[in-house]
Amino acid sequence: MSIDKALSGTGSWLDDRLHGAKGLRTFFRKIFPDHWTFLLGEIALYSFIILLLTGTFLALFFKPSMTEVVYHGSYIKLDGVHMSEAYASTLNISFDVRGGLLMRQIHHWAADLFVAAILAHMLRIFFTGAYRKPREINWLIGLVLFTLSLLEGLFGYSLPDDLLSGAGLRITQGVLQSIPIVGTYLSFFLFGGQYPGTDIIPRLYILHVLLIPGLFMALIGAHLFIMFHQKHTQMPGKGRTNQNVVGAPMYPYFMAKTGAFFFFTFAVLALAATFAQINPVWLYGPYNPLAISAGSQPDFYMGFLEGALRIMPPWQWVVFGHTFAFNVFIPALLPLGGIMTAAALWPFLEQWITGDKNEHHVNDRPRNAPTRTALGMAAVSFYGVLWAEGANDVLAQHFNVPLYTITWIARFAVFLVPIFTYIITKRICLGLQRKDLHLIQHGVETGIVRQLPSGGFIEETRPLDEEELAALGRPVALALPSGEGGAEAEVPAPDMRGGLGRVKARLNKIVNESVPIDEHGANGHGANGHGANGHGANGHSATAEDHAAVSSGSDDEG
Amino acid sequence: MSSRRRHPLAPYAVVVGGLLLTGIGYAAVTAAGDASASPARITQSAQIAQGHAIFLEECATCHGQFAQGTPGVAPSLIGVGAAAVDFQTSTGRMPAKEPSAENDRKPPELNPQEIAAVAAYIESLGGGPTIPTSAQVSQRGANPGFGQQLFVADCAQCHNFDGAGGALTYGKFAPPLTKSTPTQIFEAMLTGPEAMPVFNNTTITPQEKRDIIAYIVQTRQEPNPGGFSLGRIGPVTEGLVAFLGLLLAMVFAAMWITAKHRKIPNE
Repeated sequence: MSIDKALSGTGSWLDDRLHGAKGLRTFFRKIFPDHWTFLLGEIALYSFIILLLTGTFLALFFKPSMTEVVYHGSYIKLDGVHMSEAYASTLNISFDVRGGLLMRQIHHWAADLFVAAILAHMLRIFFTGAYRKPREINWLIGLVLFTLSLLEGLFGYSLPDDLLSGAGLRITQGVLQSIPIVGTYLSFFLFGGQYPGTDIIPRLYILHVLLIPGLFMALIGAHLFIMFHQKHTQMPGKGRTNQNVVGAPMYPYFMAKTGAFFFFTFAVLALAATFAQINPVWLYGPYNPLAISAGSQPDFYMGFLEGALRIMPPWQWVVFGHTFAFNVFIPALLPLGGIMTAAALWPFLEQWITGDKNEHHVNDRPRNAPTRTALGMAAVSFYGVLWAEGANDVLAQHFNVPLYTITWIARFAVFLVPIFTYIITKRICLGLQRKDLHLIQHGVETGIVRQLPSGGFIEETRPLDEEELAALGRPVALALPSGEGGAEAEVPAPDMRGGLGRVKARLNKIVNESVPIDEHGANGHGANGHGANGHGANGHSATAEDHAAVSSGSDDEG
Repeated sequence: MSSRRRHPLAPYAVVVGGLLLTGIGYAAVTAAGDASASPARITQSAQIAQGHAIFLEECATCHGQFAQGTPGVAPSLIGVGAAAVDFQTSTGRMPAKEPSAENDRKPPELNPQEIAAVAAYIESLGGGPTIPTSAQVSQRGANPGFGQQLFVADCAQCHNFDGAGGALTYGKFAPPLTKSTPTQIFEAMLTGPEAMPVFNNTTITPQEKRDIIAYIVQTRQEPNPGGFSLGRIGPVTEGLVAFLGLLLAMVFAAMWITAKHRKIPNE
């Protein structure tokens, strides 16, 4: 292949000065594994880029000011109405700036897609165990990014100063005030005085367009760089190990795919913005602190907080003249704080429980880690109940169910549904594992039915080929150096002694619950969680113990 | 005793004279009135009679034979006025299908002439707010911008910012205002049907009522410049579209784009 002289000449000129060829070669030859779930994070990334572009356009015309003006624009219905300059300029963008409404709508849909994609991406990471060593730091960065995206969204939809966003702002202020002791001071600090005052919109604006996007860019940069450096995880498959990455090189394959995917994202957002109206602020009218509309809802990503607020009983204490507004403080803090804290601690907790300090570059299939999957689904259902409750009035109106009935159902469901979800998910995972085991032991049904000489019929099966076998993955079950159970007679290992050790052993047993696979070379996974953990009690290394378990070939031969 | 002393019968004469004068005067006045209004009164009483007949047939089961109401079932209709009757029957809420927390809007069962008759009958029982004239509900000269502010202050907490309706407690709801005629909106404010408070002409002046009506009518008529309205009920449907539309579309795109794997040559 001959390279055009002008091109190669420019290339060498640049390389002589920047020495980029070597680095670029590495970059271009970087391998990316192919799986559709690996593109969920990219949806968020590309939505973010589109948010930056459309946001810049909007910032050219938006006036972050609460100065009162009288509207005389194209939207005749509100002619002569007093409103803030922020709201008037949003009407102006919607009706008088060329392409303004389209930009506003792309921006808003992109914000919704951004958070939705982050959620989906986080769930993928969690359920496939891609947060495990060495990727814990990136998992934590991701959690921070998710939290920031909620704040960024909240501040963004508060900016137009319409009736609906004002309701959200009022709740924000209520949450601030509910913080014991310092709440009122914080509220005065943020709003520069009494609610709503005239400072809040300019303040939210600078946070929305400068501070948080800056943090986003820094953290997304770190997130991507770490991902690039640590290499991408891959789904289990033939020839895929913790030492390699199987996939296509960056150039030209992945570059083409990811480039196309950016345009997909842009196309979906442009189509949505063209055909589906979002946040029609002109219908909501200018914000008036004295008014509230039925059906006031936040954007979907704040819905679970709204729901938490709506199911909360009106508990409030007054101690020495200080009001402790638990009715606001608990729902604002507990669901988000609980989920985020649990998510942040989970990778480390899992390491502690399983004693697994190895690096993992091959993902788990969710069924192969039943406890993790069940915990994740329990969290999802908890979020889901709160989210649905956040729209209780809309559900009541459109499904003809009394409002308080929904609230009372949600009050119980928020505790019960996660428990049932946990149990059911775990059973489903174990059932799917059994199905895999069946495939391994009895092969795939071919659809060919043969008649035996005796007259009976059998269906022929064929054993799984190497690729199919590898794609099934292996149940996650990691042996602790020592366990409990059948090993009472033996002396427990040092870190399994005492109360904490017993807790660890019990948790280990729960986490390791899996269907045993006892085919050759299965690394002894099947033995765990079935009393075989006791093998290690005599101080053998985990590997040695694993082999012992494999050779024993059955569950309970402790 | 002077000769000027009044005759003992004089007081009686004065009383009798006064009564006579009053009587003659009254007769003269009422006779004049009667003479001009006589045919109308006949029609009106006929209408009331018809209304009474319809009332006994359609309404008396719950509201009682004398419109006195049934405790716990249906309110007394004495003094509710023609406006209440017109609102309830023209929106099809009355006659009700069944007792429920809140009656649904449905096609009216009575025709306009029957409605007018029942309205006249109920009004004859004890007055009350009357049906507004077309001038009273006209949008000409009304200010929808001011109407928006009034709507947001007085109506939106139940009926939603653009009149899409909303849920209330115990199965009650604020209906959407998508089909209400200007007359019905006026009557609803005046009479406060079901869970709705009364906004009489002192609370919201007739002019302000026209502003509100103008706002409601213009808002529901105006097109959606941003595309499909998604029901105009706020972010709930937007969130659904974001997940079931946008995210799902992107997931399909991701599946499609990764469906073809590059064949890795065997080493």
